Amino acid sequence: MLRIGCPWCGEREEIEFSYGGQAHLAYPQDPHALTDEQWAQYLFMRDNPKGLLRERWVHSHGCRRWFNVERHTVTHEITAIYKPGEPPPARRA
Amino acid sequence: MRYSIFSLVRQAFAGHRGWDEAWRTPEPKKQYDVVIVGGGGHGLATAYYLAKNHGVSNVAVLEKGYIGGGNTGRNTTIVRSNYMLDDNAHFYEWSLKLWHQLSTDLNYNTMFSPRGVLNLAHTEGQRDQYFRRGNRMLLNGIDAEWMTREDIARFIPHLDCSDNPRFPILGGLMQRRGGTARHDAVAWGYARAASALGVDIIQNCEVQGFAREGNRVVAVETSRGRIGAGKVGIAVAGNSGRVAGMVGLKLPIETHVLQAFVSEPLKPMLDTVVTYGAGHFYMSQSDKGELVMGGDLDFYPSYAQKGNIPILEEAVAAGLQMFPILSRVRMMRHWGGVMDMTLDGSPIIAKTPIDNFYLNGGWCYGGFKATPASGWVFAHTIAHDAPHELNRAHTLERFETGHVIDDKGAGPVAQWH
Ligand SMILES: Cc1cc2nc3c(=O)[nH]c(=O)nc-3n(C[C@H](O)[C@H](O)[C@H](O)COP(=O)(O)OP(=O)(O)OC[C@H]3O[C@@H](n4cnc5c(N)ncnc54)[C@H](O)[C@@H]3O)c2cc1C
Ligand SMILES: [Zn+2]
Repeated sequence: MLRIGCPWCGEREEIEFSYGGQAHLAYPQDPHALTDEQWAQYLFMRDNPKGLLRERWVHSHGCRRWFNVERHTVTHEITAIYKPGEPPPARRA
Repeated sequence: MRYSIFSLVRQAFAGHRGWDEAWRTPEPKKQYDVVIVGGGGHGLATAYYLAKNHGVSNVAVLEKGYIGGGNTGRNTTIVRSNYMLDDNAHFYEWSLKLWHQLSTDLNYNTMFSPRGVLNLAHTEGQRDQYFRRGNRMLLNGIDAEWMTREDIARFIPHLDCSDNPRFPILGGLMQRRGGTARHDAVAWGYARAASALGVDIIQNCEVQGFAREGNRVVAVETSRGRIGAGKVGIAVAGNSGRVAGMVGLKLPIETHVLQAFVSEPLKPMLDTVVTYGAGHFYMSQSDKGELVMGGDLDFYPSYAQKGNIPILEEAVAAGLQMFPILSRVRMMRHWGGVMDMTLDGSPIIAKTPIDNFYLNGGWCYGGFKATPASGWVFAHTIAHDAPHELNRAHTLERFETGHVIDDKGAGPVAQWH
């Protein structure tokens, strides 16, 4: 069971949250200007690291707000939590 | 040595001391025509069909741990071909046909048991959707059958077919030719048959990188040294992204963990595979009597080969809706495997932008049933440098051209498939 610190509500159990995919994938400014390859990159290609991953979560059974989490995909340790629009924190070594 | 009733009787009288090794354990050679990375069912089946169907036997299968120690040995072994879209339907149906003759072909008992796979429907919308899929299956020449609630109550007496559950059962879509198999035996059977045809199976050999010359891979860097390769095929399940990343390929894949769990052994109570439709849960009973169960993946990417408790709880709750009789049964073990979830829910069995580097991955929840056909078409793709008729559509390019194969119509989110 993950314990996730919602920036607004504090630490809660994983079952209150939903996963929202890799973070910092901005919707293209002008989708029509993209080639098929660029569009595929945006829509389908994922980083999928074995290690630290920055991802989006939403507190669906709480305040229902979105935020970003940096989490290790092997240990599941959460190394950072930050609000939308905030820059990601520097990576820990 | 061929396995038969006679060899068994002979060995019984000889104290079972005369069995030889099921497969050879050679030192890696300097160079192979084809190197397969990943000694799960798919890699081993590929090597077997390369040798058997295409006469390419100077082949090595490199496995970082022991063969079958990945998802092949961790899955709930459900075998079926009840897909809707043609590209998947014909591929999985060929696989099911191969399953029905696999033990004879390999001379190894894979314990394939066509006990039927029944998908329960709980709402009218779901029922209509199952009719639609069932009809598509029939049009594709695949067996499908609608069972009413009364049929099901007779067929699975312990299933709660009353009006009491929150989501009563309306009926179900049955594929009788589907069933289960013994997962380890599939890895061992393919390994033995491939080894007998000259394939080298090399365990404890992790692939750590590839040596390139221009747009070709010329050698594989492993924990046991450099191994030259004419062609390289990867079949590494949840590690597809990592291994493809070693040649600079980025894939439409996320790695997720899926759990399975078994109960203590019970007397025979369930002689089919049954899946819950109002949530995600599936169950069958093994020959040892354990109930083998599974549910959803954990919904966030993970390379940990173990699962988390909330999903387990949810799956068990669904199971108890179906089988209240199990409320006091004890769980014996639970575990997880890391799977490569593609963004359209279908596998990739294809050439890649690198000339002699081939990709077999993206098996999501359901790659065990694909094992024979996956090996069959991947061997063809590698031997001919061109896809087989049955994996023509399972390319990497489909994500650019828009020809995604999204059987569920779920959209580009890995964990929704
Ligand atoms: C809990 C669970 C339940 C499932 N239930 C079903 C089911 O009921 N029906 C069904 O059809 N499918 C099911 N699946 C999916 C199925 O198990 C897989 O899709 C299938 O077994 C994949 O086979 P594979 O040979 O591709 O992978 P694996 O068996 O995982 O083999 C890949 C191998 O590659 C090796 N490897 C990885 N990286 C390297 C490297 N760098 N160098 C060397 N070797 C490497 C790994 O050690 C591993 O042995 C389930 C999966 C899980 C986890
Ligand atoms: Zn909150």
